[in-house]
Amino acid sequence: MKRRDFFAVTGSGLLVFFGGDLEAFQEPARFPGRQAGPTDFNAFLRIGADGRVTCFVGKVELGQGSMTALAQMLAEELDVPFDSVDMVMGDTDRCPYDMGTFGSMSIRMVGPVLRAAGAEARAVLIQMAAERLKAPAERLQVKAGVITDPAAEGSRVTYGQLVEGKRIERHIEKVPVKPVAAFTVIGKSPRRKDALEKITGKAKYAGDMALPGMLHARILRPPAHGATLKSVDTSAAEKLPGVRVVREGDLIAALHERRDMAEQALGLVKAQFDHPQTGLDDKTIFDHLLSTAPKPQVVGQGGNVEGGEKLSKTIVDETYLNSYVAHAPIETHTALASIEGGKATVWASTQAPFSVKPAVAQALGFPPDNVRIVTPFVGGGFGGKVGPQQAVEAARLAKAVGKPVQLVWGRAEEFFFDTFRPAAVVKIRSGLTAAGRIAFLDTSIYAAGGGDAKPFYDIPNHRTVSAGGWMGGNPPGMHPFEVGAWRGPSANTNTFARESHIDSLAAKAGVDPLQFRLNHLTDPRMRRVLETAAKQFAWKAGKTPSGRGVGVGVACNIYSNVYVATMAELTVGKTTGKVQVRRVVTALDAGVIVNPDGLRQQMEGCVTMGLGYTLTEEVRFQDGEVLDRNFDSYRIPRFSWLPRIETIIVDNPGLTSQGCGEPTITTMGAVIANAIYDAVGARMLQLPMTPGRILDAIKKG
Amino acid sequence: MQRTISFTLNGKPASVTTDDERMLLWVLRSDLGLTGTKFGCGEALCGACTVVVDQQAVRSCSVPIKDIAGKRVVTIEGLANGDRLHPIQEAFLKHHAFQCGYCTPGMLLNAYALLLKTPKPTRTQILEHMEDNLCRCGAHVRIVEAIEEAAGAAKAGAL
Repeated sequence: MKRRDFFAVTGSGLLVFFGGDLEAFQEPARFPGRQAGPTDFNAFLRIGADGRVTCFVGKVELGQGSMTALAQMLAEELDVPFDSVDMVMGDTDRCPYDMGTFGSMSIRMVGPVLRAAGAEARAVLIQMAAERLKAPAERLQVKAGVITDPAAEGSRVTYGQLVEGKRIERHIEKVPVKPVAAFTVIGKSPRRKDALEKITGKAKYAGDMALPGMLHARILRPPAHGATLKSVDTSAAEKLPGVRVVREGDLIAALHERRDMAEQALGLVKAQFDHPQTGLDDKTIFDHLLSTAPKPQVVGQGGNVEGGEKLSKTIVDETYLNSYVAHAPIETHTALASIEGGKATVWASTQAPFSVKPAVAQALGFPPDNVRIVTPFVGGGFGGKVGPQQAVEAARLAKAVGKPVQLVWGRAEEFFFDTFRPAAVVKIRSGLTAAGRIAFLDTSIYAAGGGDAKPFYDIPNHRTVSAGGWMGGNPPGMHPFEVGAWRGPSANTNTFARESHIDSLAAKAGVDPLQFRLNHLTDPRMRRVLETAAKQFAWKAGKTPSGRGVGVGVACNIYSNVYVATMAELTVGKTTGKVQVRRVVTALDAGVIVNPDGLRQQMEGCVTMGLGYTLTEEVRFQDGEVLDRNFDSYRIPRFSWLPRIETIIVDNPGLTSQGCGEPTITTMGAVIANAIYDAVGARMLQLPMTPGRILDAIKKG
Repeated sequence: MQRTISFTLNGKPASVTTDDERMLLWVLRSDLGLTGTKFGCGEALCGACTVVVDQQAVRSCSVPIKDIAGKRVVTIEGLANGDRLHPIQEAFLKHHAFQCGYCTPGMLLNAYALLLKTPKPTRTQILEHMEDNLCRCGAHVRIVEAIEEAAGAAKAGAL
């Protein structure tokens, strides 16, 4: 939206814009290939004559709570009540460009910009108040959006009064932000902004939007990836009253004003597909990945691993595997598309409205300026709602039928089109000196990606290479379906492998696994989170495995400059192979904490969700057919799995706020694997650690 | 078969004329405009569509509307008494027992049904009753705390 238009919509007030050279809006190197923004000036905030503050950000609220934490950051610098801030998020016409809500970046990268915008607005308002109150600016005080002159009793003016009838436009300058010690809103845990709507059923998700004349669509899908349509007969479906069948390019859809009737009609469409036999399934995939992966790239090295091997008395060689994992948000991909007067509006469940926009524009043949993406509340994303597919489909169908079209994917479609966390192989070879120190560590990663994969331990000789990743650029045919980011991309796989392997080394060295880690760590932040977790857990040093049937484990990781250490206690049924996690303690250092309760929600969510990929979740497939299509066979964490979860926030006021939606989950695979090893002496080399795999590992001893 | 089905919806009389094999979920969402009840899996596996019918939690995606005739249905829109939240909602609010919020109406209605039947559930009873309501964000620990809190309120006779 152009500045001029913005004023037309918002009327008077104070608007703070950014100039486009801020770091938050430059593409970080870890997301190559995405288009840089912004392309126009956009506002971050508007203060209205009623004193309410509207904050515009391109991020979206997926449940992670950034609607609340970002409002806190703005309210802090602006000196307004938290409750007076209204958030507008993920609307491509009203919000500044944003590359997408992923990578734990909202607080880390947008937060500082909002603080700067708030500080700028506050400085402007104080200047205006100085003129109005005829007092020097430095004498004025601000509290809750009211500026007072302490030297003149009753001399006061509100932000709303100052901006009334005016159109003030400012760009962010280098205005100093508050020091940590002065915070009154940051560091508190106010009620989430989305709380009341979400517990009363009033919160609107894309599927809850309705427009006059709207039709629901159900689309004919192939039975397998790579399948081609041979013949289709839609005549029976077309006979149902109120049904329209649309064939638009490769889309064949049944539409009706009721979704269930559209579904019934789709059920009457008779279609035959050719189904290629690739021989590839969830068991043969690992050899396939090794043979098809691109040339490995070095992502980190130091010293000389061959030299390190010569110094080693004991060599440990392990290969770790993990299967494809689904995002499985409870809200399936959804979009409502409306086309009017050559302009398309799409309400979409998406993590990346600004990349959905050009995709929809291209599909419709519209200029991008004629497409608006609106993001209501999103019912979970976890990296799975980055692509534009459902929005493009809804828009194409809306154009074809000349009516608004609502598209709510079914659960089977959600599994079929998911951009899974890639199946992956990690080979680690390492050695111990006679003194029990790690002499070298040589890691080869296939398909997981190499982000944050190099070891943070003090190891004189190490090398980490990575071949292929979740970000694309893989050779055609390497994966039988799309893969993508899954909460903590690369890091779940790589941390499982590295931290399990470190435990194997500790066992070989005959040293307690916590002590073994500390023996190889000088990084004070990592030592501190480990020691903090150990204190809370009451970790008792000992050699592993204890073989008591009850096991304890430890794992740690650095993810996007957040330090995390996790400890777990669990039982393993020696005849059933069933794991019951009793207790998880997790400590985290993420700099200045904006909202401690929000952070704890993320840590608890990571622990709970993490038990899924660790214990049960893997996508079964055969020849491009995804065999898991619903929650009966694809088991995600349930209430009975719940351990006692203790979250510890390690204070670090010297570091700016980091992102916390992902770091904790990356430790879950290894902490459970290590506790299983302690309990039964079986080293688990494959995720998920199902009862069958645990029993097999126990047998192998 | 096309017919008129009458029932009580959130304390008020309701009736719809429709194919009586259609599932309650879609009648609620499309015909009656009550979108608080969510679609999640369509096969009674996730619980996002849970509503309470004659004091029992049911999966509205798998209950034909013909089975609802003459019964009393409570959805998330009917849990509060006007502006006064139900104690189970108050507890979810206090504990922030949700993240994305998509499974929340189903969680609340299933917890409500539990407390109707068992006003003072043990932790084990809570876990067993809630077992098949799925939450992907991992708000489980807070949902359990919230139900325990609401049960405390129930003990005080607030339900």
